[in-house]
Amino acid sequence: MIKPPPYVVNMGPQHPSTHGVLRLRLVLDGETVLSVEPVLGYLHSSKEKLQEEHTYLQTIPITDRMDYLSSMTNNLGCALAIERLAGIEPPERATDIRVIVSELQRIASHCFAQGTLLQDLGAWGTPLMYFLQEREQVLDMFEMICGARLTYNYVRPGGVSQDLPAPFFPAVQRFLQEFPSRLDEYEELLAGNEVLQARTVGVGVLPRDLAVNGSLSGPTLRGSGVEWDLRKADPYCGYERFAFRVPVGQQGDAFDRFMVRFHEMRESVGILRQALDALPGGPWKAPVPMVIRPPRGEAYQQVESPRGILGYYLVSDGGASPWRFHVRAPSYINLSLLNQMVRGYKVADVVAIVGSIDIVMGEVDR
Amino acid sequence: MTRARSGGELAEAIEHAVPGSVVERQPGAVVVDAARLLAVCRHLRDDPGHGFDYLASLTAVDYLDFFEVVYHLYSLRNNTGAVLKVRAEGRGDPAVPSVSGIWLGAVLQERETWDLMGVRFNGHPDLRRVLLWEGFPGHPLRKDFLEFDHRTIAMSAVQAAEDH
Repeated sequence: MIKPPPYVVNMGPQHPSTHGVLRLRLVLDGETVLSVEPVLGYLHSSKEKLQEEHTYLQTIPITDRMDYLSSMTNNLGCALAIERLAGIEPPERATDIRVIVSELQRIASHCFAQGTLLQDLGAWGTPLMYFLQEREQVLDMFEMICGARLTYNYVRPGGVSQDLPAPFFPAVQRFLQEFPSRLDEYEELLAGNEVLQARTVGVGVLPRDLAVNGSLSGPTLRGSGVEWDLRKADPYCGYERFAFRVPVGQQGDAFDRFMVRFHEMRESVGILRQALDALPGGPWKAPVPMVIRPPRGEAYQQVESPRGILGYYLVSDGGASPWRFHVRAPSYINLSLLNQMVRGYKVADVVAIVGSIDIVMGEVDR
Repeated sequence: MTRARSGGELAEAIEHAVPGSVVERQPGAVVVDAARLLAVCRHLRDDPGHGFDYLASLTAVDYLDFFEVVYHLYSLRNNTGAVLKVRAEGRGDPAVPSVSGIWLGAVLQERETWDLMGVRFNGHPDLRRVLLWEGFPGHPLRKDFLEFDHRTIAMSAVQAAEDH
């Protein structure tokens, strides 16, 4: 029998399962993947350079446009980094509001990740619509809070842009009452599904040590059994006050990453209940000048975004704009080990593996 | 809570393990000699007292006189953090050794830093541009990259596409 030579196939940038404009250059032997190289940059807009030409307050809306599925945590990380650099202390109420919006954002983002993974695997329409229905409710609440559904510009240095409005509270209580039972229903419907199991169990296995060495983070790292969540390990915004678990996977396959997201949504519901019960009164914004001039120095602040560790490294020369504004983008670094994850699997498994990493190209390319 | 290792204490330990490697002690960071960077990094990763198994962030800053590559390291086991820096002099072709053999997470981050800042990482397995295309003139995050000729960029993209 004649063995054909390996051949190269481009998957993307315009492929429905690549979540935007990710191009994967696959080297194949028949249906089996020999190696993969992600070809990036189709959405590159040089946001880091752009930030150096803006004032510190103006950097916040630009962060909205990186990971556009979790703009709240992007805003939060940037605001915390600026606060650390400039020595600003946000009031208590602002800190708790930040926790509330971060956890709502995590639910919205994970819902989208679950829905699109199933959509990619051929569960056409229905699961995605179920999850989008939940996400829409969160977006409605965000619209009440700040008027925007995607790019919020809500968390600012010193606090948040405005207080939570009165109609938000009944809406979030209703959501917290209904969402957990629906989440159980979805899990029952999906997790045991034979097709999903066949497509994800034992696919894209990532050993624990490799995941740590490759600097992966978020559900992708925790799916491999590493209990590393910044909300526990290095708490910010007073996360140490809330009781919650850090769900981890066992095998590190695509199914574990999928299940970690399910469990994280439940924990987020628990954090939201605690934060709403104990929400203090008082001011929601510290007095901060429009033009912040932090002293000469540097600050690195990490937050646990739905996709992993989102870090901001800011260097100030004492001026009104940052000298250097670097973003440690979890989606980008989570692609580091893609080659090790897909090698030896079939082309169809690439879809499941990329879907289970949950990348957002706006953040990968920045 | 992650305990940040102070620059002074960490510098002592590094100097003890790899003599002559510490260039400058900062309150929250240690600047090490580029020639001994790999020995220092290997020590920080493999010594159980440090155990820095996780490279969270790798980036570079243009300080006009020199480029500074900044490593934010974490130990997931000990829950400690450290900041390591290394300097590359000159604006022509600054270079530092690649740590991608120690932490795989550096592979993409070093490519990004080379692409946008123009710091070369010697020993990197695949140091090509990642966000911009081959043939892009200059490195946009450098402070002297201010104005560019749109026509040159368009032509270089055409050239790169034809070469491919």
